[in-house]
Amino acid sequence: MIEARGLARTFRSKTGVVEAVRGVDLDVAAGEIVGLLGPNGAGKTTTQRMLSTLLVPTAGEARVAGCDLRRDPIGVRRQLGYVAQGGGTNPAAKVDEELVTQAQLYGMSRGAARERARELRETLDLADLGDRLIKTLSGGQKRRLDIALGLMHRPKLVFLDEPSTGLDPHSRANLWTHIRSLREHHHATILLTTHYLDEADALCDRIFIIDHGKIVASGSPAELKRRISGDLVTFEVEDIARATEVLAAVPEARDVTPVERGLRVTVDRGETQALPLMRRLDEAGVRVGSLHIAHPSLDDVFLTLTGRSLRDAPAAA
Amino acid sequence: MPPHDGYYAYLSALAREAPEVTMLRDAMITFRYQMRLLLREPVWIVIVMIQPLLYLALFGPLLEPIASTKGFPPGDAWQVFVPGMLIQLGIFGSMFVGFGIIAEIRYGTVERMRVTPASRLGLLLGRILRDTLVLLIQATLLTLIAVAFGLRVPASGALITVGIVGMLGIALSSLSYAAGLWLKSEDALAPLLNMVAVPILLLSGILLPMSLAPGWLRRLAAVNPFSHVVDGARAAFRGDLGDSSLAIGLVASALLAVLGLAVATRTFQRESA
Repeated sequence: MIEARGLARTFRSKTGVVEAVRGVDLDVAAGEIVGLLGPNGAGKTTTQRMLSTLLVPTAGEARVAGCDLRRDPIGVRRQLGYVAQGGGTNPAAKVDEELVTQAQLYGMSRGAARERARELRETLDLADLGDRLIKTLSGGQKRRLDIALGLMHRPKLVFLDEPSTGLDPHSRANLWTHIRSLREHHHATILLTTHYLDEADALCDRIFIIDHGKIVASGSPAELKRRISGDLVTFEVEDIARATEVLAAVPEARDVTPVERGLRVTVDRGETQALPLMRRLDEAGVRVGSLHIAHPSLDDVFLTLTGRSLRDAPAAA
Repeated sequence: MPPHDGYYAYLSALAREAPEVTMLRDAMITFRYQMRLLLREPVWIVIVMIQPLLYLALFGPLLEPIASTKGFPPGDAWQVFVPGMLIQLGIFGSMFVGFGIIAEIRYGTVERMRVTPASRLGLLLGRILRDTLVLLIQATLLTLIAVAFGLRVPASGALITVGIVGMLGIALSSLSYAAGLWLKSEDALAPLLNMVAVPILLLSGILLPMSLAPGWLRRLAAVNPFSHVVDGARAAFRGDLGDSSLAIGLVASALLAVLGLAVATRTFQRESA
């Protein structure tokens, strides 16, 4: 659905040339939900804006929904739904005015657009709000309207830029449910950007971690966590010295570290490797009181890759 | 699989349509959308008219004794003054639409519409069409009110002048949109408009005819295309349709409209606008 090679974009500013995106390769298959994860200023939005024809790349090529980004931007626009970070609604307009006008700009007839607007309002919990002025909507309602606007023309591909930023936890969880259902009910492929780890973790099949305009890692959330740090398995044992001796002889168990009332090791896959390790201990006569498997968070991944925590990363524009 | 393959076939059929057709349709969609938003706050349509009405009521009477002065152009005071007011409405009524596009940029609606396959020229023309239609209604109303004040004008001359006002409206709303898209900030647009508006107004002979001016000022005014437009409108109001100043005024306003549209189109098609 998306194949991008070496996409790059520089901006000229008063202080010099800013390389916002420096050579991004991206592959997204049909039906995937893919996330671009990174701190503010990492180049996520710039990448999305290039892929949505809003910005011309300084370098690189891409095919989006089967159309060449440079040669057929109209073809790309036709099949793409783009939901910008700040949304895109006029507070003085009514919900259905925006929805119907949007669909008409994609070539839909007025009648078909009205019907589609009603349908989308129902699926996005906006059923009775067609006649409401947009300035009277809540933050969550407005965000769902933004998404409805992006879906009016039944796009194959939907871009969501920071979908849940600024929403309260309840609206956020609700929005996630709707984003997941985009794939089921609308057969859409989704590329979203986020700087929230839990959002990437909760929604995405695959994640591209982007920092300083470059992709520094990619994979499923589980793969990324496993690849970078492995899982932590903690055994509660009494004879720590003996247990250390036993596990140090097992090559899969790395970083054997004594902890309070037990022992911690790092393994690639906690679920499949913890029990064999426990059996080893058992065979060697070490009694294991309990077993705990901890998966690293995406924040750990980001920290390992960039040396910075995602939360502490500087908030550049 | 997606139930909308037929829809894509329909879209690609549209893509084969002449681009002009798409452009006009998108212009009409935009026009209707913008018009509906405007009519939700119709008070603005009236507020723009208050300024020329005040001039008509509070400044027009001052001209009556001056009309007999040497150098005052042919025609009575109202025939000289009302066309000036119409041109002023054409300039000032359209000049500030750039503020609207800045607000739309801030809402994100401009960007949202730019990601649709809609013709960008169509998105722009729809807005200009709304502005011009409103202006034509205002100009007609102003002329009718002036008749009540004592204006005598041939219908043909009044119609031609309203047409000139429409062309000025196209020119100035285009340029104002271009400036708004370019500056993206109200704080920058306001001083720019002021800087441009005052010399245009003073050097156009809108308030007092330039025939009263000393030679150097008249030569300066001759550089201002709007002064020719005003002269043309005055000739039309006298019913002097064969006068060369009317032809010049028509050409000047048409050129201004074409120039404005060209500048605005270029700005709107620029990627970062």
